[in-house]
Amino acid sequence: MRKLLRKLQNNLKPSDQEIKPITADSGESIDNLEREKSFQLSLKTPQLLVSCSQSIGRQRDHNEDALFTLNTTLASNGKYLPFGLFVVADGMGGHEQGEIASNIAVRIVASRIIRKVLITLVSLIPSTPNNSIQEILEQSVQEAHEKILEEAPESGTTLTTLLILDRHMTIAHVGDSRAYVISPNGDIELKTRDHSLVMRMIELGQITDEEASNHPQRNVLYRALGQGEHFSADISTYPLPDNGYILLCSDGLWSVVPDEKISELITKSPDIYTGGQQLIQAANEAGGPDNISAILIQVPD
Amino acid sequence: METKNRTRGLDSDIGKDAIQQMAPGSRLLDRYLIEGILGIGGMSAVYRARDMHFPNVKKLVAIKEMVNRASDPVIRETIVRNFEREANILASLDHRCIPRIYDYFSVNEKSYLILEFIKGQDLELIINNASEFLSESQIIQWALELCDVLAYLHNHQPDPIIFRDMKPSNVMITSQNHVVLVDFGIAKTFQSGQKGTMIGTEGYSPPEQYRGEATPCADIYSLGATIHHALTKRDPRLEPPFSFNERPVHQINPYVSKMTEEVVNKALQYSPENRFQTTEAMRDALINVAREIEPNQTTFPIPAINLKTKNEVQAIWEFQCEDEIRGSPAFSNGTIFVGCYDNNMYAIDAQNGSFLWKFPSEGGVVSKPVFHEDNLIFGSEDHNLYAVYIRSGKLNWTYPTKGPIRSSPLLAESHAFIGSDDTFLHAVNVHTGRQTWRVDAGSPVRSSPTIFDEFIYFGSEAGDFYCIDFSGEIKWRYKAKRAITSSPILNKGIVYFGSVDSNLYALDGDTGWVIWRFRFDKPSISTAFIIENLLFTGAIDGVIYCLDASSSREIWRFSTQNQVTGSPMLYKDSLYCGSVDGSLYCLEYRSGRLRWKFQTKGPITGTPVAHENIVYIGSTDHHLYALLA
Repeated sequence: MRKLLRKLQNNLKPSDQEIKPITADSGESIDNLEREKSFQLSLKTPQLLVSCSQSIGRQRDHNEDALFTLNTTLASNGKYLPFGLFVVADGMGGHEQGEIASNIAVRIVASRIIRKVLITLVSLIPSTPNNSIQEILEQSVQEAHEKILEEAPESGTTLTTLLILDRHMTIAHVGDSRAYVISPNGDIELKTRDHSLVMRMIELGQITDEEASNHPQRNVLYRALGQGEHFSADISTYPLPDNGYILLCSDGLWSVVPDEKISELITKSPDIYTGGQQLIQAANEAGGPDNISAILIQVPD
Repeated sequence: METKNRTRGLDSDIGKDAIQQMAPGSRLLDRYLIEGILGIGGMSAVYRARDMHFPNVKKLVAIKEMVNRASDPVIRETIVRNFEREANILASLDHRCIPRIYDYFSVNEKSYLILEFIKGQDLELIINNASEFLSESQIIQWALELCDVLAYLHNHQPDPIIFRDMKPSNVMITSQNHVVLVDFGIAKTFQSGQKGTMIGTEGYSPPEQYRGEATPCADIYSLGATIHHALTKRDPRLEPPFSFNERPVHQINPYVSKMTEEVVNKALQYSPENRFQTTEAMRDALINVAREIEPNQTTFPIPAINLKTKNEVQAIWEFQCEDEIRGSPAFSNGTIFVGCYDNNMYAIDAQNGSFLWKFPSEGGVVSKPVFHEDNLIFGSEDHNLYAVYIRSGKLNWTYPTKGPIRSSPLLAESHAFIGSDDTFLHAVNVHTGRQTWRVDAGSPVRSSPTIFDEFIYFGSEAGDFYCIDFSGEIKWRYKAKRAITSSPILNKGIVYFGSVDSNLYALDGDTGWVIWRFRFDKPSISTAFIIENLLFTGAIDGVIYCLDASSSREIWRFSTQNQVTGSPMLYKDSLYCGSVDGSLYCLEYRSGRLRWKFQTKGPITGTPVAHENIVYIGSTDHHLYALLA
């Protein structure tokens, strides 16, 4: 519409006293603009690309990680609207309790967000949810937390949820699974904050990165679903990157494969399916001490 | 005690075997008549019951029930042992701040403690229910009693007892206003697993407790955390651990004395050797504070900040008008322009405050002027939008609306966009002063429009928020519950605005979906300011807020003495914001620390402007002030 107004301005020389309302004689311009828009739309890959990979690792006998991916596109009314929901949960606690916790977390969060966000989005008379996107995420995490307290009181789980809606992404995060944004040139940025004791001690300058990797409490989380009576998830909304990748993973990947290596494997791979597999392979080659989960999302240019 | 609602139906059928509570009216051992549930924890529940061995008097007891659901025999055993240990500890104690134990027994897989019933409320509930800050002297009185009881435990023979779980919900305040420490179920040891399971109450626990160490210094830290929570009403469980020094007490609650804050800070030191070494030492420090503070100080103490009466900064110059300045000044080319309720728009020399010209309108001017080429454009309550020449103050053109104008114009694409109380947003050609279009918002538009990515955003007094394109066509609309008088700002595709419904909204600029809402204590008409993902705004609750723009998480707050209706402005590394208390505050923008304040003789409702190290602010005391930044 900018063009439209400019065009209007050009016509309005100081001598030109006759001012027409904008909508009166601008039919042609609108048509041109619409054509231009639809042309652009047809050039764009109208969806996110997603791969997910998982491995039990080399030292565990069962898998306590759970993950969920949902990637949809709604193109209607001349609007293109991507929706993506991605969840990684890493359970902990003996006697298969960890599996129960991560399973509950992924199911409750996914089903609540689908109900509250996706269903309203695709319904015939589209409406906006009553609550904010962040409130819906917060409520889903709380619901999962309470359910885990009830079902598996001696367990806990991490939870990293990524909701992509239009041009923004919202991350809800508890624990030490991670979300990274990787640009096509290989810059890697951590978007989540580990809720681990050692990370907090690093933040406070009490220990160094090296001391952290050998620290006896390196596995202690101060915040996890199913732990404690009171807690809140970190929930933040960011602009969706224009291009590049987003990675959600459990600590089975990031604790043994350095960030630079992760970024290299992703950006040098022919596609995200190979990239995802190579991440898992790298973690296993580094000993595979824990379960490994990775969801890799490519944002088209 | 906060109870969790676990009875809500969930759409899966796992866990039908959830703990069954004893119903009111049922009996335990044919002796205790259950009257109600006091609280429910992970594996336990606490009941209020009547002891029927005393049929002629009503003797109440508290019954703590523990259900052992662990399948692992080792864990099972540990749980039972811990429960027994709690019973044994309690049986060996005799202190007025510790509930007495009457009995301990097991029935099937459940174990029971029969305890003295404490009539009162727990401190967490008291903190949550208080609408204002609790009084400092009251909190110190409770803290002194807590020091006493901790000292008693720490001096216990043969072995000291470390409480390990000091937090507001474990402190009961009796109806006689004394404290009682409840829940000695601390015998929670660190279980080493593949991934750690944190024990102790996060937020209140010191760093060494995560290593499994428990010393008197650990209890001192947790007591410091409890006092910090009570003074600030900020729940540490919702913050990262060991982050108290990022939330200094006075910054959240300006009524707290420096001495009290020093005691709290010392108790909360990261390293145990830097804290009070004994509870007695902490108690002595608190006694000193208590002597200094007004004894029966109630809810409205004299704020510490008011003690400074003299202005710490002097005005470089001041300019007097004939009525209140409620709007915001603007700077251009060595000149300050400001509207006034004496109906004039003034042009003042920014260097020395000398009068250059004034343009008389027929109504009060609250609109902040904008500049277009050689024109100054602003609205007046006389219904008109004016363009006057910057140099002379002579009228170029007038654009009439049908209501008072309180909005400030937005310039874009050679148009001035302005809201009016006539319910329209007007698009006016700046060259000619003629209307290009107008859009009916259905109610007065006092919010100043903003522009982003070819769309115009503004709010209305009925609470509608609009996104319209340059042709005036509505792209989307959002309905708040009350008026949107503040002006929207955009950052990274998100539009932020405050509302009289007491929320700050963050909406997706494309779609109008709500990304987050932040709840103030009172309405807000202040316009936010964003830099480096930090959002600054004010509210009628008198607070200047700094929030994380991505998450609405509060980073700091600064309490002024009255409503904050003006908007904050950042210049260099300081945030400037006026308050109805008459002061302009200069705060360090990352921490909210007060650098200085400048007291005027009337409420400040406008927003300052800064240029070349000078900050300009108008006040309803009829003056425009120039201050050194």
